[in-house]
Amino acid sequence: MIKKFKDFLAGIFLVFKNKKHIKLGIYGPPNAGKTRLANRICQDWLGEDMGAVSPIPHETREIQQKEKVTVNSNGKKLSFNLIDTPGIATRIDYEEFIKKGMNKKEAQTRAKEATKGVIEAIKWLDNMDAVLVVLDSTRNPYDQVNITIIGNLAARNIPVMILGNKIDLKKANLKKIESAFPQYKVVGVSAEYGDNVEQFYKELFKLVK
Amino acid sequence: MPLTMQYVPFEELSDLDSERKIQKLIRIVKQNKLVLMEGTLTAQEEADLIEETMATIDSKFKGVEITSFNPIEKNSKQIQDKLRRMFMEMIWGRRRGLTIIGPANIVREIRKDPNRIQLFLSNRGR
Repeated sequence: MIKKFKDFLAGIFLVFKNKKHIKLGIYGPPNAGKTRLANRICQDWLGEDMGAVSPIPHETREIQQKEKVTVNSNGKKLSFNLIDTPGIATRIDYEEFIKKGMNKKEAQTRAKEATKGVIEAIKWLDNMDAVLVVLDSTRNPYDQVNITIIGNLAARNIPVMILGNKIDLKKANLKKIESAFPQYKVVGVSAEYGDNVEQFYKELFKLVK
Repeated sequence: MPLTMQYVPFEELSDLDSERKIQKLIRIVKQNKLVLMEGTLTAQEEADLIEETMATIDSKFKGVEITSFNPIEKNSKQIQDKLRRMFMEMIWGRRRGLTIIGPANIVREIRKDPNRIQLFLSNRGR
């Protein structure tokens, strides 16, 4: 009886503990704007950036975490640990980095670190309580990497919101993302210019109930 | 040099566990062949394939390009489609559909729309 009561208390404690430390992950392919989004959120609510951004893919090669980010929207508060992950890819070619202006040694180092980053990002899937999947809305959403990420989150019953980033660009096509993933909420944003982020914050409360 | 496509029937992989299945697929791709696999991988197997690919990348092997096509679309909202898919998988396994995996030094891009798959080949490595 006493043991059952202790287990009950431990269960309650665990629920509150988990609520306090919700891990909100940011996933997606390289150069979709994951770190730009993380920076947008951190600038809006902490007044500081989270990480460096670059037009060269795989700028984020390690998991980055900001603890206790608190978002306010419509008088409600939501606290979470924000986790920015390296872009998930099926190929990494150091020669692509050389084409972007890096020397051979830098490019090879970046490629090596990027492969480790992808593995780390996949391993961290199990730690997430909710995930924002960031897709470049100017690109084809039917890429297998997107399907693999979302399929793995669904298999783990992790709540997902898809963000179609770069809606400020002419080629952006949110409808295509919506038809590729009809069972998910898709919100269009421009992490760089802040377009529609208010809507995103509102939807975040629905995602992390 | 011609591009070799290797057909991998469902039976060839169905008795293997996920790890051996993925190792076999990567072994074929590393021979610069395009894999045409009958059926599809699970989401976990796809993630494992990416992890294994990343662990194998070196100056010669740049990774893979992969796509899969399933006639009963996984993302369908229709409950009857989901039930039909679950029922078929229960009886026949993940036999339905097709998975294409190619070496990244030969296949530059696989572009998939819901009903069409396009392979863009690279001149490098051929």
